[in-house]
Amino acid sequence: MSKRIEIKDLDIYYGKFHAVSGVNMTIQPRSVTAFIGSSGCGKSTVLRSINRMHEVIDGAYSTGQVLLDGVDLYGPGVDPVRVRRQVGMVFQRPNPFPTMSIRENVLAGVRLNNSKVTRPQAEEIVEKSLQAANLWKEVKDRLDRPGSGLSGGQQQRLCIARAIAIAPDVVLMDEPCSALDPISTLAIEDLIHQLKEEYTVVIVTHNMQQAARVSDQTAFFNLKEQGKPGELIEVASTEKIFHNPDQKATEDYITGRFG
Amino acid sequence: MNPLTAGRLPRFTEPALLVVCLVVTTAALSVLNAGNPGVIIIVGALLFLLVSFALATSVEGVRHAKDRLAAHVVTGFFLIALAPLVSLAWGTVSAGLARMDVKFFTYSMRNVIGEGGGAVHAIWGTLIITGMATLISVPIGLMTAIYLVEYGARHRLASAIRFFVDVMTGIPSIVAGLFAYTLFSLFFGPGTKVGIAGAVALSVLMIPTVVRSTEEMLRLVPNELREASYALGVPKWRTIVKVVLPTSLAGIITGVVLSIARIIGETAPLLVTAGMNQSLNTNPFDSPMATLPVFVYYQYVTPGIPQDPYHARAWAGALTLILIVMLLNLVGRLISWKFAPKPGR
Repeated sequence: MSKRIEIKDLDIYYGKFHAVSGVNMTIQPRSVTAFIGSSGCGKSTVLRSINRMHEVIDGAYSTGQVLLDGVDLYGPGVDPVRVRRQVGMVFQRPNPFPTMSIRENVLAGVRLNNSKVTRPQAEEIVEKSLQAANLWKEVKDRLDRPGSGLSGGQQQRLCIARAIAIAPDVVLMDEPCSALDPISTLAIEDLIHQLKEEYTVVIVTHNMQQAARVSDQTAFFNLKEQGKPGELIEVASTEKIFHNPDQKATEDYITGRFG
Repeated sequence: MNPLTAGRLPRFTEPALLVVCLVVTTAALSVLNAGNPGVIIIVGALLFLLVSFALATSVEGVRHAKDRLAAHVVTGFFLIALAPLVSLAWGTVSAGLARMDVKFFTYSMRNVIGEGGGAVHAIWGTLIITGMATLISVPIGLMTAIYLVEYGARHRLASAIRFFVDVMTGIPSIVAGLFAYTLFSLFFGPGTKVGIAGAVALSVLMIPTVVRSTEEMLRLVPNELREASYALGVPKWRTIVKVVLPTSLAGIITGVVLSIARIIGETAPLLVTAGMNQSLNTNPFDSPMATLPVFVYYQYVTPGIPQDPYHARAWAGALTLILIVMLLNLVGRLISWKFAPKPGR
């Protein structure tokens, strides 16, 4: 399953701090969208607002709409927990659960959500998710070893497997390669290409080559000036953003003439 | 000549110097007729500090000399801290070993005057009362800590609780005892002395330490793990039960064991709440209950004639208490080792 995301007039606040203002964009299903921009401009915040993870921080709230195939994630009575079951997330630093084995890590989402799965079903989920995360071959003989024993790149792929094991509609990635070496980064980028077949993928990255390599659509975020909320400057096909952007700020950022 | 080299004292210099200093001090002080071993060690150590500093300065330079001086001072204070511990362990073992016999662990003091008798009633009492105190304190302490870390965050209620927990840590144990005594006197009539009252008094002392140590352990769990769990659509309470608690379990258990060790030797509150009993009583809800600390206290303070068997029983009781605490620590270590997240390579 893969769903379309529409963001309408989204403003995000942390208490009194206005973090992001006036974001409007549409993300097509079965596509990869990259968020780029300098640190602190709110791209991670917007990303987190797509599965309401920004609310984990005390005092965070937002106005506007985020629609998933037309359903407002911020509508009255919406349970953030249900939202997060549909919109998975991979974080900057690999964070497998240290008390769990590789198998248990993959099954964590299923098991912790209290759904009963039989053993064969569980085995199937584990193999399918690890296959999808390109990790199966490396770990199939040591599924009962702790997840923390894997290398950083493997751990990150384990986290991706864990995220897709609960069959979400959307996968969000918050700088998934920034803690990884180039080889592992390549592995994750290949994986993103494959994930696109089934999921809507949104990725935050500081690496512009990466944005250019993996994404179909790119959104550039920036601060108007220091102390003002972050804004979405431009969103267009990656091709256009990197070769012929409409906004001067985008061009400056892409070409490195920034600040 | 290599400009990076510097003079070094040979490895054996320091131990040899220490021995020489001690011998010289012993000789000098015995001439002066002041051959107290304590004085000899202190004066010898000071002499050693001076001489080794001077020697190191002349051979290795001031920086190395200061380094050595600091190392010696630190080691010295460590030994000073160790001295009472070793002396206590030695004293208790040497005095208590005499009565560590089968009779001590199978007999109570019922109808015993003079020699013989044992502490089985006190051992049972201590285990029962401490066990009940743990049963009361661990759930309360654990839940409080979870509230403080996971739910309270910066709410005013949480800071108030944290403040009062800190205050509770400093309650004199006799006050806790009197609190429990009054509580039970109010409900069950004046002068009620039962085991459960002792357990209540001990939990007043135990809860704050459990809260504090658990709180620290929960704080050590990286937020990333909570976020990872939330992002999988796991509700908060299940995240706490299935992710946060297992990750910090080893530390929590260590904290609980330490707080048990802290209360198991409490005497004053048990004296006023659980009282004393010469016979075995395993019912904490009826009649007074003997405990090891109180047993030791009475054996030592109100001996009969001759005194020796009473004192021997007191020492054996103290040794038993230390052994119980040691055993608890070992079990705690074993459990936390078993539950600690494994590195896995």
